Amino acid sequence: MATVALPTRLKDAAIAAGLALVLAIPFIGLFTVSTDQGLVVNSRWSWVAWAVGLVFAGRLLLGAGRDALAARANRKNNEHIDLTNHHKNNRILRGIAIGFVVFIVPVFFLIYGGASGIQIILALVICLLIGFFLDILGGFVLPALKKVDRSSVGTRLTRAFMVAALLFAVTLPFMPYSDRYIIDLGTTVLIYILLGLGLNVTVGLAGLLDLGFVAFYAIGAYSFALLSKFFGLDFWVCLPLSGLIAAGFGVLLSLPILRLRGDYLAIVTLGFGEITRIVILNWQGLTGGPNGVSGIPRPGLFGLSFERRPPEGMVSFHEVTGIGFSGEHRLMFLYLIVLALVCLAAWVINRLRALPVGRAWEALREDEIACRSLGINPTASKVSAYAIGGMMGGFAGCFFAARQGFVSPESFGFIESALILAIVVLGGMGSQVGVVIAALFIVMLPELGREFADYRMIVFGLAMITIMVWRPGGLLSTRVPTVKLDQKGA
Amino acid sequence: MDASALGTFLQYLINGLTLGAIYGLIAIGYTMVYGIIRMINFAHGEIYMIGAFVAVTTFSLLASLGVTAVPLALLLVLLVSIFFTAAYGWTVERIAYRPLRGAPKLAPLISAIGMSIFLQNYVMQTQGSRPKPLAPVMNGGITLWNGDGFTLSISYIQLFIILLTLVLMLGFTQLIGRTALGRAQRACEQDRTMAGLLGINVDRTISLTFVMGATLAAVAGVLVTMYYGVIDFYIGFLAGMKAFTAAVLGGIGSLPGAMLGGLLIGLIEAFFTGYISGAYKDVASFSVLIAVLVFRPTGLLGRPDIEKV
Amino acid sequence: MSEPLLNVTGLTMRFGGLVAVDGVNLSADTGRITALIGPNGAGKTTIFNCLTGFYKPTSGELSLSHPTRGKVSLQTLPGYQVARHGVVRTFQNIRLFPRMTVLENLLVAQHVGLMRKSVLGVAGLLGLKGWRTAQKEAIERARFWINRLDLAAVANEEAGNLSYGMQRRVEIARAMNTDPLLLCLDEPAAGLNPRETAALGELLQGIRAEFGIGILLIEHDMKLVMGISDHIHVVEYGRKIAEGTPEQIRTDERVIKAYLGEPDEEELPAVVAADIAEVAAGEGDRV
Repeated sequence: MATVALPTRLKDAAIAAGLALVLAIPFIGLFTVSTDQGLVVNSRWSWVAWAVGLVFAGRLLLGAGRDALAARANRKNNEHIDLTNHHKNNRILRGIAIGFVVFIVPVFFLIYGGASGIQIILALVICLLIGFFLDILGGFVLPALKKVDRSSVGTRLTRAFMVAALLFAVTLPFMPYSDRYIIDLGTTVLIYILLGLGLNVTVGLAGLLDLGFVAFYAIGAYSFALLSKFFGLDFWVCLPLSGLIAAGFGVLLSLPILRLRGDYLAIVTLGFGEITRIVILNWQGLTGGPNGVSGIPRPGLFGLSFERRPPEGMVSFHEVTGIGFSGEHRLMFLYLIVLALVCLAAWVINRLRALPVGRAWEALREDEIACRSLGINPTASKVSAYAIGGMMGGFAGCFFAARQGFVSPESFGFIESALILAIVVLGGMGSQVGVVIAALFIVMLPELGREFADYRMIVFGLAMITIMVWRPGGLLSTRVPTVKLDQKGA
Repeated sequence: MDASALGTFLQYLINGLTLGAIYGLIAIGYTMVYGIIRMINFAHGEIYMIGAFVAVTTFSLLASLGVTAVPLALLLVLLVSIFFTAAYGWTVERIAYRPLRGAPKLAPLISAIGMSIFLQNYVMQTQGSRPKPLAPVMNGGITLWNGDGFTLSISYIQLFIILLTLVLMLGFTQLIGRTALGRAQRACEQDRTMAGLLGINVDRTISLTFVMGATLAAVAGVLVTMYYGVIDFYIGFLAGMKAFTAAVLGGIGSLPGAMLGGLLIGLIEAFFTGYISGAYKDVASFSVLIAVLVFRPTGLLGRPDIEKV
Repeated sequence: MSEPLLNVTGLTMRFGGLVAVDGVNLSADTGRITALIGPNGAGKTTIFNCLTGFYKPTSGELSLSHPTRGKVSLQTLPGYQVARHGVVRTFQNIRLFPRMTVLENLLVAQHVGLMRKSVLGVAGLLGLKGWRTAQKEAIERARFWINRLDLAAVANEEAGNLSYGMQRRVEIARAMNTDPLLLCLDEPAAGLNPRETAALGELLQGIRAEFGIGILLIEHDMKLVMGISDHIHVVEYGRKIAEGTPEQIRTDERVIKAYLGEPDEEELPAVVAADIAEVAAGEGDRV
């Protein structure tokens, strides 16, 4: 493609600016204000001028940038395309993408932590060093054990980053730079990771669209809330129960929709989410309606309570350990619980992928008809995918209830479902690392923009569109095989 | 059934038809877009909301300019709202969906959700988050029946909504069935590549489909503004969801199906609210939808797709 | 004579008013390659779809003599169960799992056995020994077929990235990984070049000889069909018009008519018929 001549580009930018003018008039140019005399129309034409100017300049720059890219792509196309090289590049890209976490986190801390930004970078560097060290160590130990490590550079890079990220996550609450806000935010990120991992089973692995995932979250939360309210059960008993109840609803949901395909699933699952919310909102007798359920007990550690005044029959953590009471202990404990849950979920799902159950999910996503021709029961696969996905949602819900101590229907609107789905799709369908990155992005981006609180959702929406247009397959769109054939004797 | 019960029934019927007509108009936008590019245009509810906001601004502007003749004001508002809303519909497709042709199936959906979030907040920021009350434009109505202990009436605005919808539906059916544009649209639905090879400008046809969908959404926005007299930036979400339900219920991809689905959802809501409970009316519509899909997986008027092996 | 592996009697399939398959009888046996030929639209794939559980036939009996389960009426089984009874198919327009690797494709094919051995995933999740052995065996079985079909170089590639010919081979390997009794191939040579087609013929003959399974083949490539089939059924307009050995079919007037039209459209058909006869004779000698 030849570069476009300047006049053409100017014309293009002028057209875009013209369109911007049309679009800007009724919303930016004119606005209505309620007064005693009814609505009065006011205007702010200077804003329109700015908007039009910005669009003109932006379009011009975008065009230039695109030309440059096209020229480079052209040169590349002329080179020989090497498949193995392509794969290697993809793996390295993966490593870099994970490194992105290492980028967004310090930026965040630099803005919010002030001076502690230096500390956090130090911590990250140390984590990374340990990660790489362990990996190099592995390179020596494995051959010694006669388990030859054939991993490529990219894979090892990824692994090193993962170890580093895990280390960073585990140590986060104990670090000097962590305060209430940071730990709390970390907990939120982890909840969304857990939700993303769950939905990733249904959408990413099994390829079954679900726009009502928040229902499982809600069911998990209310299961705990109500079980503790009516039967006095504590968190550790309710956690598995909530998961099971949510999984049960997953089965229930999957039954009417077994025959539906693709987009029809979207509306039915959306309906399921809305029905759940509306029922919770209106079944006052059971759920307390819009007032929600409060006084949900906090989780304890083997009978130790993190409250200042422990409930009947419990001993408080600060008395036993003698380190004095601090509200932060509870937050740290909650953070570690959800971190453990996330690790467990990631491990289980990763494991399932390489088992017949999980492989059948992926096969189902790829081609349902071929599945049937190989003796796989698609019904069983679909039901299990919704059940396992739902169960993860249930765990997340139960934890959410324990953390807040209060649940109300407000937390479970459609926007939550959309956000969780966005985490799965933005991350790259089926990719667990992708879920982690996207969850960080989705939770932290609005926080970063708190100064522009009013505009952050606008930016957020735009960012979603931009990422999709830029990488339609999600940030990490390469699939990691579950098993590899080593070429012995080949 | 005694007379007053019958009267109540008929009153719910009229209310339901009015509501259903509006849902139907929005549902057509979903169904046309789905038919041609197989994607759920999640931002369509927002397009309708934009139509309603333009209507409010224009009504207020006309009032301040002293245009008081209702028919003239109405015509102007409809035209202005259609113009701006169509521009938004066109731009949404151009920015958020066109670059994603041929992308994995869920990419346009996420892009659409992003667009929906953007438009909602954009309108909230530029127009304020408080609801906009509008002075009634059309007052009065016709009493169809009075006596025997009940009155049955239809307001002018209800009559206007039902009639206008009817006219638009007929016009659209003609447009799709008889004109070259309609033919191009149907060709693109069947096989976009082939249509392109035969000289149909596929991009333009898709753009026009969005413009047409936005046009009907704009009309729905104007009608809702007049009917309820108050709007806010959040109305698009709920209406969009209902209309989407309607489109699927009727069989997504089918124009008459969208209208039928809209009417059914409107009637279910009106009757369920009237006879059972307003709180659970959405549960009722969704349950009907799920029940229908269990037995007819492609909706009421949708073409059953035969599984090709 | 004992009951053949598969015995189809009176198979009829109607779509609304259209009779796609009308009272077809056919059989296929272990250790034999049975071909199903006929002009386009004759109903061959519909017969396959009925056989492999994708369509419920309007009427007819599809009887499978299973070595351990005895007589099974395939038409009464839920679709996915047909494969579990050993009747496995490939597709005219290849249906692989494109984003999974070749190896993974073959492992999916072993789903049923592995599912049992992983105790619905529980044993697998815990990494129990029994499961690990089962998994190793599964990989070895896949490796066998990967090597057999010359796919070793691409075993870890995503199936969707492979060339057409390779994808066809993966599909056959995948079907073989289910451990079938009867392998049903829907136009396996479509889109292959002559060399690949010849290799396919040898492969099928090899499978027949080595594993003694039955092969049921839909194919348009007459050279291939005539070369490797033990028995041929010919269908036209949903009816069976002839069956027999390749020699019998080659000389059957109805078959020639079905393929080449009525004799009154002379000139060209006569030439083509001579061509076919020549080719067939040449190939026939080799078998």
